[in-house]
Amino acid sequence: MAVCVAVIAKENYPLYIRSVPTENELKFHYMVHTSLDVVDEKISALGKALVDQRELYLGLLYPTEDHKVYGYVTNSKVKFVMVVDASNTALRDNEIRSMFRKLHNSYTDVMCNPFYNPGDRIQSRAFDSMVTSMMIQVC
Amino acid sequence: MSPTQWDFPVELCCRPMAFVTLTGLDVVYNAVHRAVWDAFCANRRADRVPISFKVLPGDHEYPKCRPKRTSYEWYIPKGILKTGWMNKHLNLVPALVVVFYELDWDEPQWKEKQSECATRVEIVRQSLQGRNTKVAVVLIQKKTPLPPGEDVIASERAAALCNACELSGKSLFVLPHTDHLVGYIIRLENAFYEHAQTYYYTEIRRVKSHKEFLNKTTHQLLFVRHQFKIAFFSELKQDTQNALKNYRTAYNLVHELRAHETNILEIKTMAGFINYKICRLCFQHNTPLDAIAQFRKHIDLCKKRIGSAELSFEHAAWMSKQFQAFGDLFDEAIKLGLTAIQTQNPGFYYQQAAYYAQERKQLTETLCDHEATVIYPSPDPLETQTGVLDFYGQRSWRQGVLSFDLSDPEKEKVGVLAIQLKERSIVHSEIIITLLSNAVAQFKKYKCPRMKSHLMVQMGEEYYYAKDYTKALKLLDYVMCDYRSEGWWTLLTSILTTALKCAYLMAQLKGYITYSLELLGRASTLKDEQKSRIEKNLINVLMNESPEPEPDCDVLAVKTAQKLWADRVSLAGSNVFTIGVQDFVPFVQCKARFHAPSFHVDVPVQFDVYLKADCPHPIRFSKLRVSFNNQEYNQFCVIEEASKAGEVLENLNQEKMCFVPGKTRKYLFKFVAKTEDVGKKIEITSVDLILGHETGRCVVLNWQGGGGDAASSQEALQASRSFKRRPKLPDNEPHWDSIVIQASTMIISRVPNISVHLRHEPPALTNEMYCLVVTVESHEEIQIRDVKLTAGLKPGQDANLTQKTHVTLHGAELCDESQPALLTDVPVGELHPGEQLEKMLYVRCGTVGSRMFLVYVSYLINTTVEGKEIVCKCHKDETVTIETVFPFDVAVKFVSTKFEHLERVCADIPFLLMADILSASPWALTVVSSELQLAPSVTPVDQLESQVDRVVLQTGESASECFCLRCPSVGNVEGGVATGRYIISWKRTSAMGDTPVISTVITLPHVIIENIPLHVNADLPSFGRVRESLPVRYHLQNKTSLVQDVEVSVEPSDAFMFSGLKQIRLRILPGTEQEMLYNFYPLMAGYQQLPSLNINLLRFPSFTNQLLRRFIPTSIFVKLPLAAFEVLNAHVRLVALYWTKLLYNTFLITESLLL
Repeated sequence: MAVCVAVIAKENYPLYIRSVPTENELKFHYMVHTSLDVVDEKISALGKALVDQRELYLGLLYPTEDHKVYGYVTNSKVKFVMVVDASNTALRDNEIRSMFRKLHNSYTDVMCNPFYNPGDRIQSRAFDSMVTSMMIQVC
Repeated sequence: MSPTQWDFPVELCCRPMAFVTLTGLDVVYNAVHRAVWDAFCANRRADRVPISFKVLPGDHEYPKCRPKRTSYEWYIPKGILKTGWMNKHLNLVPALVVVFYELDWDEPQWKEKQSECATRVEIVRQSLQGRNTKVAVVLIQKKTPLPPGEDVIASERAAALCNACELSGKSLFVLPHTDHLVGYIIRLENAFYEHAQTYYYTEIRRVKSHKEFLNKTTHQLLFVRHQFKIAFFSELKQDTQNALKNYRTAYNLVHELRAHETNILEIKTMAGFINYKICRLCFQHNTPLDAIAQFRKHIDLCKKRIGSAELSFEHAAWMSKQFQAFGDLFDEAIKLGLTAIQTQNPGFYYQQAAYYAQERKQLTETLCDHEATVIYPSPDPLETQTGVLDFYGQRSWRQGVLSFDLSDPEKEKVGVLAIQLKERSIVHSEIIITLLSNAVAQFKKYKCPRMKSHLMVQMGEEYYYAKDYTKALKLLDYVMCDYRSEGWWTLLTSILTTALKCAYLMAQLKGYITYSLELLGRASTLKDEQKSRIEKNLINVLMNESPEPEPDCDVLAVKTAQKLWADRVSLAGSNVFTIGVQDFVPFVQCKARFHAPSFHVDVPVQFDVYLKADCPHPIRFSKLRVSFNNQEYNQFCVIEEASKAGEVLENLNQEKMCFVPGKTRKYLFKFVAKTEDVGKKIEITSVDLILGHETGRCVVLNWQGGGGDAASSQEALQASRSFKRRPKLPDNEPHWDSIVIQASTMIISRVPNISVHLRHEPPALTNEMYCLVVTVESHEEIQIRDVKLTAGLKPGQDANLTQKTHVTLHGAELCDESQPALLTDVPVGELHPGEQLEKMLYVRCGTVGSRMFLVYVSYLINTTVEGKEIVCKCHKDETVTIETVFPFDVAVKFVSTKFEHLERVCADIPFLLMADILSASPWALTVVSSELQLAPSVTPVDQLESQVDRVVLQTGESASECFCLRCPSVGNVEGGVATGRYIISWKRTSAMGDTPVISTVITLPHVIIENIPLHVNADLPSFGRVRESLPVRYHLQNKTSLVQDVEVSVEPSDAFMFSGLKQIRLRILPGTEQEMLYNFYPLMAGYQQLPSLNINLLRFPSFTNQLLRRFIPTSIFVKLPLAAFEVLNAHVRLVALYWTKLLYNTFLITESLLL
């Protein structure tokens, strides 16, 4: 399961970011932020492809010693970044893909909320609990 | 930096090359030998064979070969690889020893020389006792050798020499010392290279042959050693494929070794060496993916093999080195042409190396935290007899001990302590920073700006730990804006916190204040208690006192810092810090807004400055000032706390500049704009908020323009998107988000209070003096002065219109070209309240079409604004579009005297010019007169008096006049001749008497003149009567200078009887005239065809009857005789009666049918 889940706005500022364990939060923030380099590069490479044929899932962004960072970008250029423990070999590409799809669906629900102003930080309980379900159960 | 314990040995990292020694060369005193040696050394490029040469004396002692072991049965190895082994085979034990000897084939003392040479070879062989090293002899000769086979002595003596030296023929070479030295040398070294390869081949065979004697239990180490040696010899042989294969086997063998805490370092060291070799060869073979895969495998295998916990920093150091070395290899491969990508570049390896270096540092801090009393053990357990270790990766105090049990735990403890103490003296930050900066350079290259920033933050933090605060701040300052612009506030806060610590420890005022401002701001994610601590410190600093130390700072550093702050306090003079807040997010937000996008000059300009503080405690400012593009207004827009710092509390005004956190404060400013600024923009260039007092320390927060900072544009965008209802705030406090910055306003002139009316009768007629009556009426309360009128063609229209439009004030005379199209600033004088003024303008339009006219009235008036007298300039304008049309259409045509249309005019024969004037004006026109000005080629037949004088034409009416003209004969003129001009003088019927008369000139069309040979005209009455004689006289005029033969005939007509010559042939002399008289007698009434006259000119066959018909009448109206009228009347009456009868009958018939 994921150790960090982040939603990044089109303008590359974080809309939502949560990680476990919390004491190393800053490290994950940096990790997510640096992964945007790769996301940007991938998007600019994808930009030439037709929009409707585009794959939203960006795959493994970059591996570090301890973690794997995966990316996903919606059609409105909102990015999802997920950090997974490198030792967790059980997670295949397909699982990651379906986790992202779940995340995207939940994000869409947030956007559908008439009281949510696009671009604001996400403070939805439903979204939060969905992310919790995707996060690794430490403790 | 000197090589540390963890750096790979040089002999491992170099490219192994075959080692060949050259003896018998005296490179110091012998020029020939020197040249030979230089040829070997110089220009060793990639195309030369890989050999490393060395010149040694002939009697050089090579390392002794140990006696060959016959059995390995009782042999127990003491380690994996001896530290000297690689160097020995690279630099000490040659593959080939070459003996150089000067000897020509025709040497007279051949025998002696031959035996001397043999001796030299023998000496070399002696010192190589037991080694397989090859020996070769090179004879340096002065003469160029003959082709092989031709020199009989040479081949004989060569054979003898080989015999004497016990050499095979392949090992004897001849080097003629001639021009082509380099060429010979290259051939020589190729031969040497072959010998060397054979040598290394036999060495590999020799090592391999040991294998069968080994057993798995006691000789495990030897398996690795031998495998490594085979691979290394393969490399020397330049057989990299086999080398790679053998290194891979060796690598697997290393991991099969029984590992224990005591030998784990040795195993890791060897694994690292072999891994390095494998990766290096993979990159060399251009299979970078293999290299990466090998490296990953290596790391995965070794990551967890930490070894002794007390020395775990060693493992981190080793790991760091592995990554660094791989990064170096990767980088080197890229320099040689490999392409890396964003997600796979050396930067990642340097980064990881840095990470392990950081870990090493942390481990060192915890493990080596010995008391100062602990002294370095003596004798030094890390010292060895030779100064180096025998085997790679062993502990110096128990070299060659293979047992896993510690025989001497006390010794072990001392050794560990020595290592720990040594580790403590290492400057870790330096290592970390070097690695990080390597990584930064890589990530910069591979488009990873954020990764770069992140690494720079780490570098900054490392500098902070290393107490190099200046460098730390430099790096942190550099990257801060990246995080700020992308809105990663958590990261920014963390960086700012470090930066604040640095600034505190250096007692750097400006930095300290700046970082505090931002950490207190809304972008900071700090907790409130931290914010309030920072705010207190900030206030302290502004009060010229020392701040509290930042938490988690080094105690010693804090002490130094406190001293520095104390110095600052005592030095404190007036120090003002101006901080531009555009580029960061301070804790006060500012928005300035003009009340309107434009202000009339006679009302005061008003604007609000909204300020809001985000800090946890109320804060007081001393001054607020606004600057404008016109600096004269600056003085009006300052709010200052009147009090001095000390008496703040008593001052009633204090509330004014005190901000309660989260509350929006509004400051209204008002000033009167200068009349010079009418039509200009007034812009707020900056808003300055001053914190602290100018006498002590103070900070000027400077907002460029109307406020806003690094985060506000994004916030404004979010606010504009939001449609949440905002709750009502008490005291009519505005919502911060709903305030929009309006940093500029226009000053426009005062609203005019006059009316301008235009009276005229459109459309204008071409060239007339069109009258435009302008009425200006003042509705002002007081007298207005300096009233000026600008009128005419509105600028900005077609340029041609300007040429063809003229405006004047004088209508009595026609204006000319010199008049302008726009009359500017015509002074009209003064106007009292309610007074009215009328001004007539005359416009002359030379062309038709529509034009826009502008009437602009300006005046001055004195008014009072806010108790200030100002002179306002007001203006009012009116525009009107006026169509210009032709007053009339003039049609001119030429007709014959029979009023028939003429295509061309016959010379010397009268014709008529008809002029029709059709009025096109909606207003009545009076044609004053008309005049025909004839060209010299045309002469009038009678008086040219105007027939249309004083004719009034209503719309659509037309007037015509007609002139009889004659053209004298001229030569043939192409396009005809000019006939002259027709001038009509006219004016509007409604115009007053003094209105000038306008003359419209119409150029008459050209006419084509043709010459005719004969002109015929007829004299006959205007009508005839039935049965009354009708005399007709034809005049035939010869217009040529020739005698004309004319045939004349008259054809009879049914309507006439006639008398006269029916057919005749006659001659007419040039210029004379012949008369023919006929007497016609009409027989029928009505319009009757005359008997036609046919004329045939024998000399001019082209003269036809058609032409003739143009001159003479063809028919005539014949009236009834006077007596006939009575008869006709009676007849008509009879016919009427008959028709009445007929109708009655028809009625009867119809009636009967109906019944």
